[in-house]
Amino acid sequence: MKKFLLTASAAALALAASAGYAAARDQIQIVGSSTVFPFTTAVAEKLGQSGKIKTPVVESTGTGGGMKLFCQGVGENTADFTNASRAIKDSELKTCKANGVTPVEIKVGFDGIVLANSKAGTVVDLTKEQIFKALAKNVAVDGKVVPNPYKNWSDVDSSLPATKIEVLGPPPTSGTRDAFVELVMDAACQEEVKAANEKGCGEIREDGAFVEAGENDNLIVQKLEANPNAFGIFGFSFLDQNADKLQGHKVDGVEPTFENIASGDYGVSRSLYVYAKKEHVGVIPGMQEFIAEYTSEGAWGPDGYLADKGLIPLPDAERAKWAENAKALKGMGS
Amino acid sequence: MTDAISPLGAVGRPVSIHTDDAAKARLKGRYRTETWFKWLGAAAVALAGLFLVLLLSTIVTQAIPALRQNYLTLPIDLSAAKVDPAKLGEVNYDAIAQEALTAKFPDVTSRQDKRLLRGLISTGTGVFLRKDIAADPGMLGGTVDYAVPLDDFADLYLKGLLADVGSDEAISTSVTPSETSGDIDLTFGDDAMLALARGHGATEGENGMLTLTSGASSLLVAFNGGTVKLTALSPAANGTVIAKGTVIEALDSTAPAASGQAFLRVIETPEASRKISDKVIVWLDTLKSAGLIESRFNSIFFFTGASREPELAGVWGAVVGSFLTMIVTLAIAFPIGVSAAIYLEEFAPKNRLTTMIEVNINNLAAVPSIVFGLLGLAVFLNFFGMPRSAPVVGGMVLALMTLPIIIIASRASLRAVPPSIREAALGIGASKVQTVFHHVLPLAMPGIMTGTILGMAHALGETAPLLMIGMVAFIVDIPGGFTDPATILPVQIFMWADFPEAGFQQKTSAAILILLLFLVIMNAIAVILRKRFERRW
Repeated sequence: MKKFLLTASAAALALAASAGYAAARDQIQIVGSSTVFPFTTAVAEKLGQSGKIKTPVVESTGTGGGMKLFCQGVGENTADFTNASRAIKDSELKTCKANGVTPVEIKVGFDGIVLANSKAGTVVDLTKEQIFKALAKNVAVDGKVVPNPYKNWSDVDSSLPATKIEVLGPPPTSGTRDAFVELVMDAACQEEVKAANEKGCGEIREDGAFVEAGENDNLIVQKLEANPNAFGIFGFSFLDQNADKLQGHKVDGVEPTFENIASGDYGVSRSLYVYAKKEHVGVIPGMQEFIAEYTSEGAWGPDGYLADKGLIPLPDAERAKWAENAKALKGMGS
Repeated sequence: MTDAISPLGAVGRPVSIHTDDAAKARLKGRYRTETWFKWLGAAAVALAGLFLVLLLSTIVTQAIPALRQNYLTLPIDLSAAKVDPAKLGEVNYDAIAQEALTAKFPDVTSRQDKRLLRGLISTGTGVFLRKDIAADPGMLGGTVDYAVPLDDFADLYLKGLLADVGSDEAISTSVTPSETSGDIDLTFGDDAMLALARGHGATEGENGMLTLTSGASSLLVAFNGGTVKLTALSPAANGTVIAKGTVIEALDSTAPAASGQAFLRVIETPEASRKISDKVIVWLDTLKSAGLIESRFNSIFFFTGASREPELAGVWGAVVGSFLTMIVTLAIAFPIGVSAAIYLEEFAPKNRLTTMIEVNINNLAAVPSIVFGLLGLAVFLNFFGMPRSAPVVGGMVLALMTLPIIIIASRASLRAVPPSIREAALGIGASKVQTVFHHVLPLAMPGIMTGTILGMAHALGETAPLLMIGMVAFIVDIPGGFTDPATILPVQIFMWADFPEAGFQQKTSAAILILLLFLVIMNAIAVILRKRFERRW
């Protein structure tokens, strides 16, 4: 027994010591947004299957968390790429620059944010103003800013059904929520609310009409199935994959379809980005291959495999422009 | 014999506080309470059991479809013209497999349809083919029958999870087509079809015309060796019905099919609300009736790593990752934990310092696991510069988490060894160390092992601490060592539950079952150790 204990502890110490001297990294590390995660993983897997490089490791850390890891500095123990469901912020770019990181921006496609409910529920045609009135924490009634008084959709607008307002959506930590607030709540904000509080537009009511359903969009899908009167807010790919159970609603008269989002007619869509670390090109093997694969027509084109996964491609001209930029490794702010 | 009169005798018969009516009522009440309590207890157990059965049966029923995968056997041309044996690495095997599939359907000509058809087989086909040819070059040089996995939607359809399809029913009237391909007219001998179309969500139009849109169920008519999808029906002269339809599979001839010769198939789920089109369904059914589709044990699921395609995703990478992580955890937590327990229990003086250590160990056991993850990030990754996503770091973090559990369990079982053992050993001249290692520790070992295994089982199910050190990641390659990037089973389950593709739902449940199986095995070992070796005094 004594011998066993001694050998075991010796082994443990040796193990701990050896880990400090990890071999040079030969595998790309990617962090960032959970919205871009399904697409980046598909590219990573394709590249790994081709046998050119080892399959990159993709972590889902959220856009903000990814930026933090990405801008930490240059070196083997920092990430090579980060996914983002919004463009890099000035403050983040500043941090990056301060740590010697030059990000190469690649816009990879669009993602629509849809308002959907179960097929058993009614179809409605909403405007952004109606969505704002239904979901804002404070709204203007007769020129005065008051806590949201609306209980039913019909209180918001008499053309809407007399069902209770019940919307399941992402929590504030989510990039989808940021984009929803920016594209709908800020865009349709009432003047009075804006005047009363600069940040009031983005505040979503907390009296139970809006339910934060967690980062897991599948969970929202299941809850919507169980409750036909509830609406959900999530990314287009989940509507696309669950077309048998859910229906998307028109916003400002435009239906959330693949074509409408791609053409830019559907108003609630955002751009998705991938940022590459210029300093790692040529140091970590496979950086250029990964960029080339992501920006190839077979991947992000209208008939590419990313479109099958629910990514909405950029218009042809824009794709060409971003591919060019990526190929030339045009760093930001340089 | 005595004159003394009993005080009770004065009232006639003896009355006791234990036998009067109030006492009987009290007794009855007590029995009633007991019965009630027993029933409540039994009901609680039954309810808990019911929930457990409900949970397990949901997981098992969801998991069962994932255990099998449908394969399509195709004659694949591997002759030298297609595959140059000198340049095996440069061959586009996907294209060769897709060619073999499109050759089965010469009617399919449009670009869009060809794309749909190619989508029937998994995108991993080329990878499998390349691997199998590398293992067995004898396949080269001719045409071989090779089974390729079907795409997840095709697979789910064949498992009956995507659409409600009725069985084929004979049409009890004659059917006459106008053409053999393209958009054609069909003449039905009677008007039974009208009522049927109405019953399946057809839209009423002018002059009794019924339109079947993509929001209605699909009505497919199979006859003369082909299949026609009905799009609209209208009543015609003599009680007949003229239907418009699109040919999905070309008919052999325009000869009328007699009563009972044509078959109707109803796909209840409207085309608009399923991910699989009528065409694909017809193609799959044709392949199936030709005996080319076979459902096999899903070895891909058990023996491959993660993938973004549901039909290619497997748990093996996560199982290996879990195993590597657990080895590190055990190698660190067990020796340190047991040594700490022996020192604290047998050697340490009882003073304020040891009491404080003791209190802190107990508190540590109750610290939320995410805190250990943050510690791992700050110390192991940022300070020591260890690799991200590596089992060695995951194992160290989990070891920190399991340490207090092992120390507490080990101390309890050391304390359970009676002092007489120690006194006897010391009495015949053994030193303190000899007493502990020759006599006390062997007797306490079964208890220590039990505690360790339960601690490890606890660690096996953790995801939160690993989030911070990068083990919640998409990792395709199966880890080969302690510093390779790896993920673990609970993380794999979490990630699959988050993917939008329907095919991952079954995989998620199946992975949960595998994790449960490991936990049951570990707990069973703990029970056996306790039953077999534990001594009671």
